[in-house]
Amino acid sequence: MIARASEIGAIASREVKKWYRSPILLFMTTIQPLLWMSLYGKAFNLTGLFRIPEDILKQLPPESTARFAAIANEILSRFFGASDIDFFSYIAVGMMGVILLFTSMSSGLSIAWDRRLGVLNKLLVAPISRSSIILGKVISAIIRGVTQSLLVMLIGLALGMRLRVSGPVEFLIAVLALALLGASLSSLIISVTIRLKSWEYHIAVSNLLTLPLMFTSSALYPVTLMPEWLKTVAAINPLTHGIEVLREALLLGAPLNSQAMLGHLLILTVFASAATLLGIYLANVALRKT
Amino acid sequence: MSAIEAHGLRKVFGEIVAVDKVSFAVEEGEVFGFLGPNGAGKTTTINMLTTLIRPTAGSARVWGYDIVDEPEKVREVIGLAPQELTVDDELTGYENMMLHAALYHVPKEEARVRVKEILELMELERFANKKVESYSGGMKKRLEIGCSLIHEPKILFLDEPTLGLDVQTRAAIWNYIRTLVRERGVTIFMTTHYMDEADNLCDRVAIIDYGRIKAIDTPSRLKSSIGGDLIELEVSEINGLVIGERLRALPGVVDVVLDSERAVVKAVRGEEVLPAVISALIRDGVSVRRVEMKKPSLEEVFLSLTGRRLRDENGVKEEITRRNIAIRRARS
Repeated sequence: MIARASEIGAIASREVKKWYRSPILLFMTTIQPLLWMSLYGKAFNLTGLFRIPEDILKQLPPESTARFAAIANEILSRFFGASDIDFFSYIAVGMMGVILLFTSMSSGLSIAWDRRLGVLNKLLVAPISRSSIILGKVISAIIRGVTQSLLVMLIGLALGMRLRVSGPVEFLIAVLALALLGASLSSLIISVTIRLKSWEYHIAVSNLLTLPLMFTSSALYPVTLMPEWLKTVAAINPLTHGIEVLREALLLGAPLNSQAMLGHLLILTVFASAATLLGIYLANVALRKT
Repeated sequence: MSAIEAHGLRKVFGEIVAVDKVSFAVEEGEVFGFLGPNGAGKTTTINMLTTLIRPTAGSARVWGYDIVDEPEKVREVIGLAPQELTVDDELTGYENMMLHAALYHVPKEEARVRVKEILELMELERFANKKVESYSGGMKKRLEIGCSLIHEPKILFLDEPTLGLDVQTRAAIWNYIRTLVRERGVTIFMTTHYMDEADNLCDRVAIIDYGRIKAIDTPSRLKSSIGGDLIELEVSEINGLVIGERLRALPGVVDVVLDSERAVVKAVRGEEVLPAVISALIRDGVSVRRVEMKKPSLEEVFLSLTGRRLRDENGVKEEITRRNIAIRRARS
């Protein structure tokens, strides 16, 4: 066990060192979620649609405005979880999940590079478990992803994001969800790309996967707004569950016993375990050369 | 027990027979080399012996462990410095070594001591904390070899250890390899397509072409199998017939070709025959103006075994390219 842990640690720490030593790369992968939340989140103010403009407000009798406000609040709580949520904060939390998608995509590519540079052969010649190679990549994706996600949160806060966290345990649950999301997504991309030998294919596949995964999740809009078929897709997309845990824990101030939060967390845990096992299995098959 | 024993090892990629039933044994403490042109099957053999790929047929034991049944055991006792540079450019030399130490389960304290030793051995200690991207090609290669030593392997596999390096750097790498053998008693299995490298470094050489071993022996015996050294003498006018008979009668002389002012003597151990040749000529009143002795190189050995020169790939170029592509595709 200790031997396995040190192998995994060695492989993961190599990746993490390379990552924090190239701040430009770190900056580049953070900038895309920032663009989404600051442009889309600020401009496309979905929740703002329900606010009655001043001049209309003046023309209406008070009881109608009160009724309209009640209806609007009801709609907002149904779709967004609470009536006083601003769309920027909503999107910003979504982006805290989406950045894990961006950082996880590089896990498959890093295996392709290792293969091309001969590093993979060096790893395969070493007396280490084959699964340690994959787990090392997954762990490094988690470390990178969670760090960048918290970075996005800090920048979001600076740009006016409003969070409502009920306590430190709930915050830790959000971090746990980010880690599980990183494990799910990086294992998923490794499973899909482990047999691809050229890095050009890896880039094509990750480009192909990134946007659909983002748009079929609840990153940009609530699941409740989606048509039925898309709801089904969103329900099997790990990104949805990760982001929902984040929203419950960070945005809605859900208590620890919140059914919704724990439900999503459970699904995410199952997904992360299954994806990691699948990744290890497929990698073992692919790396056992004939 | 031999360090490596291979029996009828064979590897087929599609239609291409990359390695064709090779058998050989490498003794402990020996530097054993595979000499052959690109695409001869050298790297494929290394890949089989280091458990990266499975042989299509045949078997091999590395340090007594079967490469197919006990790959984990094999991996414990071997080190590999592949053709490519696999050290990480973005890490320092020290970090690269510590990474390998962790991969081989060397405890941290122990690893620090060994890394220091190896960096000194490879004369890299001054650059230990510099990123590898600032290293020269030769330094990277030394670090690569150093990394593969961290777990004190019994057998070190070196695939084309001086590929693409300049002459001085190559000579320096040879020195490091010799030091390794002398000071650490490592058994070395290496491949090369440089004749001088095989000649300088290897105790025994297997000449391999198109996946087949053509000959295995010490470089000097391989060279003497050519039939001897060539002694070329420029002389004053001679009476061909008499002199020729007399030279042929000398012990060690294999053949004599005479010109009016030139004698070419082919002899086994030319350096021992040369004085006798000169005194025989002088006794017969022939004055010698100039002497040159040529030892046959492994190039001639390769030529006589395969009918081709090592670098001379004309005519079969297409065939070789096709083989290389097939092997590379299967390998990656």
